[in-house]
Amino acid sequence: MVPVKRKHKRLTFVGLALLLIAAAAGLVLSAFEESIVFFHSPTDIVEKTPVPDRRLRLGGLVEEGSVERQPDAVVVFRVTDMANTVNVSYRGILPDLFREGQGVVAEGTYAGGLFTADEVLAKHDETYMPPEVADALKKSGKWNEMSEEMKRQGMINKGAQQ
Amino acid sequence: MIAETGHFALVLALMVALVQATVPMIGAHRGNALMMAMDKPSSYSQVLLVAFAFGCLTYSHVTSDFSVLNVVQNSHSKMPMLYKVSAVWGNHEGSLLLWVLILSLFGSAVALFGGNLPPTLRARVLGVQAMIAVGFYLFMLLTSNPFLRQFPIPLDGKEMNPLLQDPGLAFHPPFLYLGYVGFSMAFSFAIAALIEGRVDAAWARWVRPWTLAAWTFLTIGVALGSWWAYYELGWGGWWFWDPVENASFMPWLAGTALLHSAIVVEKRDTMKAWTIFLAILAFSLSLLGTFLVRSGVLTSVHAFATDPERGVFILMLLLIVIGGSLVLFAIRAPALKSTGVFKPISREGGLLLNNLVMSTGAAVVLLGTLYPLFLDAVGGGKVSVGPPFFNSVFIPLMLPMLFAMGFGPVLAWKRTDMVEAAKRLKLAFIATGLVLAAMLAIAFDGPFMGIVGITIATWVFMATAVELAERIKLFSAPRQALSRLLRQQRASWGMTLAHMGLAIAIAGMAGAGGWKVERIQTMVPGQSVNLAGYDFKFMGARRAQGPNYTIVEGTFQVSEDGNPVVTLHPEKRNYPVRQMPTTEAAIHTLFMGDLYAVIGDPEGSEGGFVTRLYYNPLIAWMWFGAFVMVFGSVISISDRRYRVGAPKGHASGKQVGAKA
Repeated sequence: MVPVKRKHKRLTFVGLALLLIAAAAGLVLSAFEESIVFFHSPTDIVEKTPVPDRRLRLGGLVEEGSVERQPDAVVVFRVTDMANTVNVSYRGILPDLFREGQGVVAEGTYAGGLFTADEVLAKHDETYMPPEVADALKKSGKWNEMSEEMKRQGMINKGAQQ
Repeated sequence: MIAETGHFALVLALMVALVQATVPMIGAHRGNALMMAMDKPSSYSQVLLVAFAFGCLTYSHVTSDFSVLNVVQNSHSKMPMLYKVSAVWGNHEGSLLLWVLILSLFGSAVALFGGNLPPTLRARVLGVQAMIAVGFYLFMLLTSNPFLRQFPIPLDGKEMNPLLQDPGLAFHPPFLYLGYVGFSMAFSFAIAALIEGRVDAAWARWVRPWTLAAWTFLTIGVALGSWWAYYELGWGGWWFWDPVENASFMPWLAGTALLHSAIVVEKRDTMKAWTIFLAILAFSLSLLGTFLVRSGVLTSVHAFATDPERGVFILMLLLIVIGGSLVLFAIRAPALKSTGVFKPISREGGLLLNNLVMSTGAAVVLLGTLYPLFLDAVGGGKVSVGPPFFNSVFIPLMLPMLFAMGFGPVLAWKRTDMVEAAKRLKLAFIATGLVLAAMLAIAFDGPFMGIVGITIATWVFMATAVELAERIKLFSAPRQALSRLLRQQRASWGMTLAHMGLAIAIAGMAGAGGWKVERIQTMVPGQSVNLAGYDFKFMGARRAQGPNYTIVEGTFQVSEDGNPVVTLHPEKRNYPVRQMPTTEAAIHTLFMGDLYAVIGDPEGSEGGFVTRLYYNPLIAWMWFGAFVMVFGSVISISDRRYRVGAPKGHASGKQVGAKA
């Protein structure tokens, strides 16, 4: 009689687990559709103009001399992978480590030649380069000269060199 | 000399750990008492050696010995003493040293307080602990030696990252590590039990206080981390579902599940294999957390400079630990016999539901965190999975569990009548209904998730309170209620407080998530902005000098209907050594919400500044709730039953949970 009961218990366990996994899978699938954000380099954006209103991430370097502050807390700057550049506009206080010539990741939408960012990712360490930015630079073939330059300035970490 | 001595102590510790990982294990296998008895002295010598090494590194930091590379890279002679000390663990190498120090402390605590543990179990537990330690010693000595010298000796150091020069963050890593490493205890006990092929109530009683302690530390660590993110980063947010944050949250979820399933093993002698599995899971996720933070494979807003070589080493360590323990689990788990049986609607059933939801939650967070890595590896492009994903998956998963959480404590072991349980919670239903009705009446068009969150928080809080009232018979025999209240077991006090704390924290999350008000603008001196009924008047900014930074300090006078409330002084600091600015938000906490001001860059010619102002409703409740949870858990650990000898028949014994 005990084995029957134990089987019963195990069935409860398995049934509950399956139910939860099904619920989780359903939620995951529906959320993935809407909330996954694809990463684009400036070249990606210029070459295959993305659908307007689709959220995406843009990564590259903040072009030297491109940062311009406008009234009402708006900042415009250009993000480059040394092959192409994209104009970005952002309203708000930039993260502390936002700097010209350094890597940046912005999230927002692209329409009519302007990337409107509602989030500019901060980092906590001036030697950190987001892996996506490093990749974007590698893809544009400008990584080597870039990393040489940054190494010289002692700004680069090993993580981005791999 | 000091650095070399520290290095040498670390090498010796590795040797001792090698002995501890093998001799007692073989002794336990052969039944050789002499070999098993090696476990105690080796644990003690390990902790002494590592503490010595840690002391050497601390000494080098405190005296600003710039011939040591680690000091050069992370310290500066002008840094305040608190940060000179916290710089010891505010970097990769030093934090690993802290990790092994804590690991050896836990190990020696088992040796010290484990007098009434069966000798074979103790030998095996300490053996497994030493194996983990060997992995980490090798990792340090081969890839991350904190005692490397620098020549020529520079005049001064590069300073610790200014963001880390903060009192909250000085203590965040130690607590987080105490939590992470604390789960190694449950892990070692689990592996030892698998080797012995035996799990019983005594085992569970041994594991519970350690798990509780680890969970307590981890809760403090996670809460400190989010608090720091809230006031130091100046984004007004407190949780970003960032990979580094998730890394600490996954072990917390698994640990919470483990905490609850160990109760079932102790009381009902069932769910054994599952509990062992959770113990393995909690520690594996802790290791994974270390890997994610230290390897830099994921883009994180909290990422620091990283090194892929180390990532590969940790990945190997991860594979060996997780793979090895899961293989052992697959071979030995079927031998663990459970005797207890129960119906789905019972206390055990409720705890099981908690376990399943917590593990599913951890799995979802893991999936979302690792998905970008996975997709990139198969060439699917680079993506990021952010807050929208986690919010829309994790929260709906948790809601049913929170609802069930109200019922859990009123259910009896083995079987209960659901209707009866619901009747006992009548008052909680009524209170929740009233709160919901009141909220809808005031703010019918309020944010959906905010209203749901407050409602569920009310439910959990009231159901827990009603259960306590029932337990002390507040309504049926009110006269003795107070004395009954005082005679409650500490473990049940712990449960009540922890559940109430969670309810308070959820209310805080719902309030801050649902009703946050944010304004970004340029303000010139004299200008006012109204926010949630509060007038923020910008009075201008001035320059000042800190010990190792310069300050731009803004002044805001906040008033409500013309009555002054507070004067806020947000700062923007600039650390010249690293050429790095930091933001110091000014926060004034009121019962119903926080007033939060940040000052940005100057703009225009009239002394204007970009400012960011927030009203964060109920947000402080979140950390207060976490504090209540921690308080409850500390009370629970102090329960006498954990200190009384674990195996039945050995009524007396030494302290078990004293370390915690």
